[in-house]
Amino acid sequence: MRRYVIRRVVQAAGVLWAAYTVAFLVLDYLPGDPVSAMAGQGLDQTSTDPAQIAQLKHEYGFDKPVLVQYAEYLGRAVRGDFGDSVATGRPVTSTLADALPATLQLTTAALLLAILVGGGLAVLATYTSMRWLRQVLLSLPPLGVSVPTFWVGLMLVELFSFRAHLFPAFGNDGLRGLVLPAIALAIPSGALISQVLAKSLLNTLNEPYVQTARAKGAGRARVHLRHALRNASLPALTVIGVLAGQLMANSVVIETVFSRNGLGRVTATAVGSQDIPVVQGVVVFGSFVFVLVNLVIDLVYPLIDPRIVVAGRPA
Amino acid sequence: MSDSLLSINGLAVSYRTRTGRVPAVRGVDLDVRPGEIVALVGESGSGKSTLAHAVIRLLADNASIDAGRVEFDGADLTGLSEKELRTVRGARIGLVPQDPGVSLNPVKRVGEQVAEVLRLHDLSTRRSTPADAIEVLERAGLPEPALRARQYPHELSGGMRQRVLIAIAIAARPKLIVADEPTSALDVTVQRRILDHLQHLTEELGSAVLLVTHDLGVAADRAQRIAVMSRGRIVESGPARDVLDAPSDAYTRRLLASAPSLSVARPRTNPAAPAPAETPLVTVENLVKEFRLPQGAGAKRIVRAVDGIDLAVRRGETLALVGESGSGKSTTARLVLRLAQPTSGRIVFDGEDVTAARGGRLRGLRRRAQLVYQNPYASLDPRFSIGEVISEPLRAFRVGDRASRAERARHLLERVALPASILDRRPAELSGGQRQRVAIARALALSPDLVVCDEPVSALDVSVQAQVLELLAELQADTGVAYLLISHDLAVVRQIAHRVAVMRAGRIVETGATDELFDHPEHPYTRDLLAAIPGGGVHSRHYEERT
Repeated sequence: MRRYVIRRVVQAAGVLWAAYTVAFLVLDYLPGDPVSAMAGQGLDQTSTDPAQIAQLKHEYGFDKPVLVQYAEYLGRAVRGDFGDSVATGRPVTSTLADALPATLQLTTAALLLAILVGGGLAVLATYTSMRWLRQVLLSLPPLGVSVPTFWVGLMLVELFSFRAHLFPAFGNDGLRGLVLPAIALAIPSGALISQVLAKSLLNTLNEPYVQTARAKGAGRARVHLRHALRNASLPALTVIGVLAGQLMANSVVIETVFSRNGLGRVTATAVGSQDIPVVQGVVVFGSFVFVLVNLVIDLVYPLIDPRIVVAGRPA
Repeated sequence: MSDSLLSINGLAVSYRTRTGRVPAVRGVDLDVRPGEIVALVGESGSGKSTLAHAVIRLLADNASIDAGRVEFDGADLTGLSEKELRTVRGARIGLVPQDPGVSLNPVKRVGEQVAEVLRLHDLSTRRSTPADAIEVLERAGLPEPALRARQYPHELSGGMRQRVLIAIAIAARPKLIVADEPTSALDVTVQRRILDHLQHLTEELGSAVLLVTHDLGVAADRAQRIAVMSRGRIVESGPARDVLDAPSDAYTRRLLASAPSLSVARPRTNPAAPAPAETPLVTVENLVKEFRLPQGAGAKRIVRAVDGIDLAVRRGETLALVGESGSGKSTTARLVLRLAQPTSGRIVFDGEDVTAARGGRLRGLRRRAQLVYQNPYASLDPRFSIGEVISEPLRAFRVGDRASRAERARHLLERVALPASILDRRPAELSGGQRQRVAIARALALSPDLVVCDEPVSALDVSVQAQVLELLAELQADTGVAYLLISHDLAVVRQIAHRVAVMRAGRIVETGATDELFDHPEHPYTRDLLAAIPGGGVHSRHYEERT
């Protein structure tokens, strides 16, 4: 077990390195650089002194060969120093740390909502013996997966902020401000969980051991919740691992739509201004979260299904 | 009959499919008296399982009971609500399902699963349940029940899992037990022990048993009365002796004639053995195969699946490798075909040492040694047409052109007695027996010297089994192909093997000519195996004493 975790941590480090490197190469390949972008934002291009630009580039190290830049940045990144934001001059780590709590709140709320509503929908759809209700419920998830997040966000704002005045349309204030963005963010994730879990439940309900349970005299609800659900939940759990990434990506859109401060906004701004150190930091942090969530999920599998062994032995 | 415990009258069940309603049970009458064992015998698709499940109303969603009554203990079960049924299921009628491998919930401990019945029907208090469950497991004959109760189903053997399922069925001391092919998935010796125990238990509890089985031998050994089912109807029923000794229905007679387990005492096609002087086609010397267990699985990290065996297969001969599951017989077959790498030992094919053959030489072996798998439902690519399936080996070895390959496929189909019209069909459109014929045709496509048949008929109905075995014997007589036949079923072996090697725990414990070995078994294990074959009672009349 310990050896397994150590091996996984080493793998995780490899993944982080690869994410960092790919991000670096892609950003380097893009035309332009942050200093020119900053200069371009000035009053007009001609007024900026070329000598000043050259000096700035020198300060940030953009005039050095790519490989040297890469080695320097990587060396510092390993020590936890992702440099300073080109746009604000603040250290990248503290920029991210400041933005993190708001996004963490948003994504956690969205994930919980997605699991509860998506899972509940799947259980209800497979439980009901009314055919029409099952059809209706099972047709909701494909709809949820296919509508764009930003559109859902705008519709929610239109309905519940501008017309009904129930929730604020933007900003970070408290729980009420969290409701609409969390719902908008949860819809595609919840729909995916729902689709996978419903399919898995329908398969599981056809397993012979479900019949054994019914032959014991167990009622419908008991068979559904005590026997089938746990067996059916593994594929849904796998999906949740993938969703960790999707939620972070979608938070860029949602935070922009709802004008919330957070990692998504930081990312959007950094990409817009080619703030390479910040983008690098976001990429590495995103990979870190993704790897961590999936490690936890892999460790949870054997708790749900005793047949799954971790590192060659029952956990 | 007023003294019946279960009385089925005019029961009709049908399945709703895309092409309309398909009747599965058409107007069946059947009675089970208290404490009696009634066997319901039939081939797959005869409707026997549907009938058994209709009794406790555990049918698939697309099935419906169209007519008839199922009276149990005075009440009509077809009219009960789902809630009322719950007080019958598990409490007054127990079910022993078919496949112990998949009939227990994999994520719950064995003890919990037995305890659930007790709790559902208020047969023990919350506090006493764990101990009560252990006691029920002990009654079902599970060794070390307290330890087993804490284990998960996958940690138990097939036989132990079946005992757990029996424990679940008997926990509430029901008046009727419906046993749906309770031992078909188990080895014969395990089957005998479990059926003995089930019989003993039900005698003790005074429960009646509706025993659903495809095996007339099992029915003959266990039941007081037998009902034979075919195409949704009961074609014959009566006391077991009458049905077996003087069958009045043509279908029953056919079933009796083809049941391999009943013909053990009288082999029909005793094939002429080939000339023994010749050098063997395949020789295996001191073959060993070890598997590494995952780390941490106890002190024993390495398991010897094949533990130093010697055997020889002559041209045109059938050598049967017999043993129970886990004996290493299938591993041996894979080693001989070089589908697995032996740990040590030597394999000589037609004078050439192929133990370490690679590349072109291994391909040469592939061409001359073919395989027929156990499960014809899984061994044919569902997206290939039958023509493509049969000619694939020809395409793989670039034999002939398109036209000559198609011609060869037609010819091979004719050899296995299938019409050429199925060349364009898909495997899913064929029956199990037809599929196995296709698999045999594919194995013969390259005119190999050796065909390894791994349980070639164990997935098929008895009457189909007999036909496929005859086909294998005929093809051998025509082409001179040698068979290495892997089987757990001694009855099958007796019908077509020239020589038999009995395997146990990776070793060959006894080898000999088929008749010799069946008539004068020397090793105690061989004797055990022979004694466990169901249906011995039909000819030696043992069952009279038991009833």
